[in-house]
Amino acid sequence: MNHLLEVQDLEVKFALRMGDLTAINGVSFTLDRSERLGLVGESGAGKSVTGFAIINLISKPGYISGGRVIFEGRDLTKLTDEGMRHIRGNLISMIFQDPMMTLNPVLTIGTQMVETLQAHGGIPRKDAEEIALDKLRKVHIPSPEKRLRQYPHEFSGGMRQRIVIAIALLTDPALVIADEPTTALDVTIQAEIMDLLLELCESEGTGLILITHDLAVVSQVTQKIAVMYAGKIVETGRTEDIIDNPLHPYTRGLIHALPNGRNPGTRLYQIPGMMPSLINIPPGCSFHPRCTISGDICRYESPSLREIPGYRTMAACHMLGLQKEQTEKDTAS
Amino acid sequence: MFAFVVRRITQAIVVMLVIGLLGFSIKQKIGDPVRDIVGISVSVAEREALRDKLGLNDPFLVQYVRFIKNAVHGDLGMSFFFKKPTLEVILSKAPATLELVFASSLIIILLSVPLGIYTAIRPRSLPSRIIMGGSIVGVSIPVFLTAIILIYIFAVELHWLPSYGRGATVNIGGWESGLLSLDGLRHLLLPSIALSSIMLPLFIRLIRSEMMETLETEYVKFAWAKGLSRRRVWFLHAFKNTLLPVITVGGVQLGILIAYTILTETVFQWQGMGFMFLEAVERSDTSLLVAYIIVVGALFVVVNTIVDIIYGLVNPTVRITGRK
Amino acid sequence: MKQWKRFKESYFLYSFKHDRVAITSFVVLLILILISIFAPLIAPYNTYDTSSIDIMDAEIPPSWMEEGNPDFILGTDIQGRDLLSTMLFGMRLSVMIGCGAVFLQAIIGIFIGLISGYMGGRVDSFLMRIADVQLSFSTLMVAIMISAIFQVAFGVGRYEELAVPLLVLIIGLAEWPQYARTVRASVLGEKNKEYVEAARVIGLSSRRIRWRHILPNTMSPVLVISTIQVANAVMSEAALSFLGLGMPVTKPSLGSLINSGFEYIFSGSWWITLFPGILLVVFVLVINLLGDWLRDVLNPKLYKG
Repeated sequence: MNHLLEVQDLEVKFALRMGDLTAINGVSFTLDRSERLGLVGESGAGKSVTGFAIINLISKPGYISGGRVIFEGRDLTKLTDEGMRHIRGNLISMIFQDPMMTLNPVLTIGTQMVETLQAHGGIPRKDAEEIALDKLRKVHIPSPEKRLRQYPHEFSGGMRQRIVIAIALLTDPALVIADEPTTALDVTIQAEIMDLLLELCESEGTGLILITHDLAVVSQVTQKIAVMYAGKIVETGRTEDIIDNPLHPYTRGLIHALPNGRNPGTRLYQIPGMMPSLINIPPGCSFHPRCTISGDICRYESPSLREIPGYRTMAACHMLGLQKEQTEKDTAS
Repeated sequence: MFAFVVRRITQAIVVMLVIGLLGFSIKQKIGDPVRDIVGISVSVAEREALRDKLGLNDPFLVQYVRFIKNAVHGDLGMSFFFKKPTLEVILSKAPATLELVFASSLIIILLSVPLGIYTAIRPRSLPSRIIMGGSIVGVSIPVFLTAIILIYIFAVELHWLPSYGRGATVNIGGWESGLLSLDGLRHLLLPSIALSSIMLPLFIRLIRSEMMETLETEYVKFAWAKGLSRRRVWFLHAFKNTLLPVITVGGVQLGILIAYTILTETVFQWQGMGFMFLEAVERSDTSLLVAYIIVVGALFVVVNTIVDIIYGLVNPTVRITGRK
Repeated sequence: MKQWKRFKESYFLYSFKHDRVAITSFVVLLILILISIFAPLIAPYNTYDTSSIDIMDAEIPPSWMEEGNPDFILGTDIQGRDLLSTMLFGMRLSVMIGCGAVFLQAIIGIFIGLISGYMGGRVDSFLMRIADVQLSFSTLMVAIMISAIFQVAFGVGRYEELAVPLLVLIIGLAEWPQYARTVRASVLGEKNKEYVEAARVIGLSSRRIRWRHILPNTMSPVLVISTIQVANAVMSEAALSFLGLGMPVTKPSLGSLINSGFEYIFSGSWWITLFPGILLVVFVLVINLLGDWLRDVLNPKLYKG
């Protein structure tokens, strides 16, 4: 089967004064053409780093210490800088979190759009502007011709993110990595932007990796989910499967914590404890100190992703399958 | 944009008036305009008569207004020593200083930009470390010491370059220029190197640190994510943002540069405004002293205003809101 | 005791111990400061005592050179004073004036900065406008102008008598804007931080918030610029003395020594200028190095790979 993107055992470390910290510890997943994957987790879980690692853009002192990123058959980790340059912004685009910081304040929108097209394929300026205008219309920016001459600070947050999306789609990439694209925006705008992103990916057939901590958004936009915790994927599978029937205790905690209107007036559920910082990852399963179903083995051995009998989802947990009754009891409460 | 410019200019005028007030007060307290005009050997009665005639017994405010009016017309008093209007003396010395400042600025800009950018892009390379090490040492050596050392090596020991003066100058419509003769240029070389020696490291470090900060920003990261060429990211995306703070600082540094010309001109016996200023101090030529302060003050105000306006042009966010 | 323990385990000390440049600079600085303090005790000659100077000893080269004299290790200056001793006393003067001036500018600057930061509004604009204008003139220029005016006003003799306090005053007045702006920026930044709001929400009084919370956070940048400002003050004093607007030749600081030795470079007596020059450069250099290191350490954003 030829996937668009195949990440195998990706490892990313940070070289700090006190030693090397592992930010991503053996992450693997696949993405097919036009597929949309949600990479979910709390801040610090490693999702953004994974996104950057795919296009080899991790800021120092981080570096890829192991694994492979296979895109359209080629291993991106083995490419030279020049080779990666052809991939970035061209075959794989990225959308960052805060559009105010993403756009260069001293350059016009037009410059920032046209340069991408000129950098990939040497398209002459006039043609590039036409393409830019076309994309601006696609993201519903009114009077795009005027906009090209304007500067980022002349736009609202929502419009800026639309422009960023337009830039990401300029070269009709096969894959778009969106890192928390709506977190910095107002709640009312968030929905608009997500709808736009979904609409564009569907109509152009673009693959999408949506990095976010917002499960609600993920449930509406993606077809697959990978849940990350402390640098590892702890559960992955189809979106509706995971949302309806989360298996891994962490995922269950996340879903459980969502307000669902069933018990109004009661306290929202919180997973006890906090995700460990990278310096203090517990031995064995990194979730075990907070886990309700952990056993002895969880303290020594780190679980790997495996198929859980009876379910389509894959999860990294020793205790699942053994304690089916316990899990059903928990979900009911 | 227009409102912005108007506000800046108004501020400039206010500052000028304050400087004028300070200069004038100093003149009142310390100077003796009668002596400036007639010298020392005149009787007391005649002095008193002269004082009245000159309006020196009028109230402070009246004299101040008169002073400002005169100043605007170019009359800043008479130099006791030169027996000429102070402004005339200053203007005759100005070309020397201005050419020196010009040559040094050229050196600074031509060297600091490439070196600053390079040390920001490759901070750990050997050349970078040497440059940074050299610049800390450079900043620690006072201008006059650099000047003395340069003179000692190149003039006294090696006899390659002259050790003082401007050399043969060419007169273009009243401007005595040393730039047009080989001899003049030879004389210009050491002083301008000395003058730039303390600002060059500063600018290199400034450009470097601004550039490094810019390279860490999200928008530069985004530029990389777009797959732009290295040259474009470094020289357009990053450097254009570096220019803004550099220009602001640059404007301020002009003040320091002028202060350092005083030091440099002293060492090289360079007949510029700075040298003239020190001689005026030695001779207690108060009028000239105050005139210098006012002229230099005006220069600073003008330069800073221009820098602010240029900053407004380059930085689009300022234009719209009208303030920083 | 708890504070000491925290300090010992802090990143600050760790970083210091592992940075060779910082340690070397600190040691050298300590030596120089000790030398300045104990100059009267360790200098071979007391150069302020005019009876001990013989004009016939003038311009003797350093002892290792041909015409040198082992009595005068680094040679003598144009008045016959032992160069080494004069340098030590000169260094002492430079350090005293430098520290005094920084102390003065810190007091003025912190005070104005605090007022500006807290009161905001018109007071703030006004004070900062003054600071900006003074800064745009460059502090050296301001110092030169003030000292020129003082010298013309007091006359050279009187000026020289009062040189030390005058220089402290001049340099202190010239450089306060830096402190004011730094402190004001800190205060403004801290005022808006969430922990101040949190403290207020808990019910702490304004005063307590100011003293126990905001002020300590303002001190860190003040500390960083203080080191650089001492170097600047020493350089300014040297420049003023070199121009003849500072310490007189009878009680010379390093700057005056360099000045007096300058003319004699052409006749070959290079040591009179060079040795004081080297001492000055080394002193300023180690302060700058330490200042740089301090700035790096107190800036939590940077990791070194």
